Amino acid sequence: MVFTNYLAHLGLPYAWAWTISQVTLVVTFTAAILVMLAFLLLFDRKVWAAVQMRRGPNVVGAFGLLQSFADFFKFMFKEPVIPSGANKGIFLLAPLLSFVLAFAAWAVVPLDNGWVFCDINVGVLYLFAISSLSVYGIIMGGWASNSKYPFLASLRSAAQMVSYEVSIGFVIITVLLFAGSLNLSAIVRAQEHWWFAFTILFPMFVIFFVSALAETQRPPFDLLEAESELVAGFMVEYSSTPYLLYMIAEYVNIVLLCALMSILFLGGWLPPLAIWPLTLVPGVIWLLIKVWGLFFVIAMVKAFVPRYRYDQLMRLGWKVFLPTSLFWVVLTAGWVLVFHHHA
Amino acid sequence: MLQAIAFYFFSAILIGAAFMVIAARNPVHSVLFLILSFFNAAALFVLLGAEFLAMILVVVYVGAVAVLFLFVVMMLDVDFTDLKRGAQQYLLPGIAVGGVLALELIFAIAWRWTVTPHAIGAAAAAAPAGVSNTVALGRILYTDYIYYFQVAGLVLLVAMIGAIVLTLRKRPGVRRQSVRRQVSRTPADAMTLIDVEPGQGA
Repeated sequence: MVFTNYLAHLGLPYAWAWTISQVTLVVTFTAAILVMLAFLLLFDRKVWAAVQMRRGPNVVGAFGLLQSFADFFKFMFKEPVIPSGANKGIFLLAPLLSFVLAFAAWAVVPLDNGWVFCDINVGVLYLFAISSLSVYGIIMGGWASNSKYPFLASLRSAAQMVSYEVSIGFVIITVLLFAGSLNLSAIVRAQEHWWFAFTILFPMFVIFFVSALAETQRPPFDLLEAESELVAGFMVEYSSTPYLLYMIAEYVNIVLLCALMSILFLGGWLPPLAIWPLTLVPGVIWLLIKVWGLFFVIAMVKAFVPRYRYDQLMRLGWKVFLPTSLFWVVLTAGWVLVFHHHA
Repeated sequence: MLQAIAFYFFSAILIGAAFMVIAARNPVHSVLFLILSFFNAAALFVLLGAEFLAMILVVVYVGAVAVLFLFVVMMLDVDFTDLKRGAQQYLLPGIAVGGVLALELIFAIAWRWTVTPHAIGAAAAAAPAGVSNTVALGRILYTDYIYYFQVAGLVLLVAMIGAIVLTLRKRPGVRRQSVRRQVSRTPADAMTLIDVEPGQGA
């Protein structure tokens, strides 16, 4: 806003000033996410290494801090190999789609009170829609590669992501019942007294966490790229920058779901207690702490949970999570009817 | 002005994509174009101020239905050029049926299409002032039209159960995993310890 007013003050028409400042903001934000991602990737590898009593990356930069940047340039300067039997257009479009969708979702995520690009009424639904679209990046990539393992992976991904979206949908409904709004900022504001994770929604938090692992294809549900079965799944034929785009999209999605979990259940930008020294810390720092904390848990899960078998994955999604979350929707609706009088 | 540009942009892509759905040679490309057209239809909903419908369109049709389309089409091993070779003989009946439908549409819309004043008033105020259209939709669906809504849900439930019943088959001789049995198994159920004397083992 300040930047817009400054540009308008310089004599630019308001529409131009607004456009320029928004574009600048979006580019800055994207760059900030990418930089944070570089350190999250390193963090992920360090945690994994620590569990296995290794040192992890420690050569590039002090404590290996620059490892991700080195990897980035390595992928950038590699030769992109496109299989001769591949469907070229879709093959190159697929990682781009994954990448764009992963970043598009951040448009509605509130980083602090009022720090959000588009404070739309249906923010939750928008996020849900974008995350349901991200399956296409994988399916298209797997199909266009024209190769066995990627194709198997894309079939698995289609079934897996659709299955877990169902229970994620019901979990989100329970949160919406408590918050009484589909706007993400309003959901955070509704948690000023109690974070939703500390109410009867706690089991839903657990289900959402596990479903988020399945939705982002993290271990123990990384059946799309199960090294021991499918080599690298849908990414077998990818190299160089397209591969890099897939990698970045995957991690951006993980961070996004961490942010979404913090917003839906852990009070987003709110401090744990609204008392003096804690309220001085800016909200965005609280959100970042929550995101990194959740990411740490996800990294630990990767380190010590063995991979699920495919039928077990489906059983968990349809026979355990779906009935539980459905029951919880009814329970939460009853709870809201009896104990909350605002809605 | 900006809205008009956006409208024509999305509509042009929508119509182009819809055309490509039937024109594309590769069925997978057809489904991808179908997804593109769904997406642009959602964008048109957003322009109309119906953001809830737009998001639901993307979630349901793009996120679930079209994924299953793609799932099935990718698995098909049909030579579509071979299939299209015989299409020439259906050209005339096809044109006749299509022409009749188009004529009917033109008659219906251009000739006797009137909108009641009541509907015009409703279109001007899609949602009451101060209420987001998600809330407005919810109020209408769950108060005025609750029975229709429930009946629609019931129809879908019957369809779902029907589909499950049609495809469910119990095969004999399949060893199923029972997680409860596996978890509740103790060492005593699974193994016996035998103290074998040296030289006595078979």
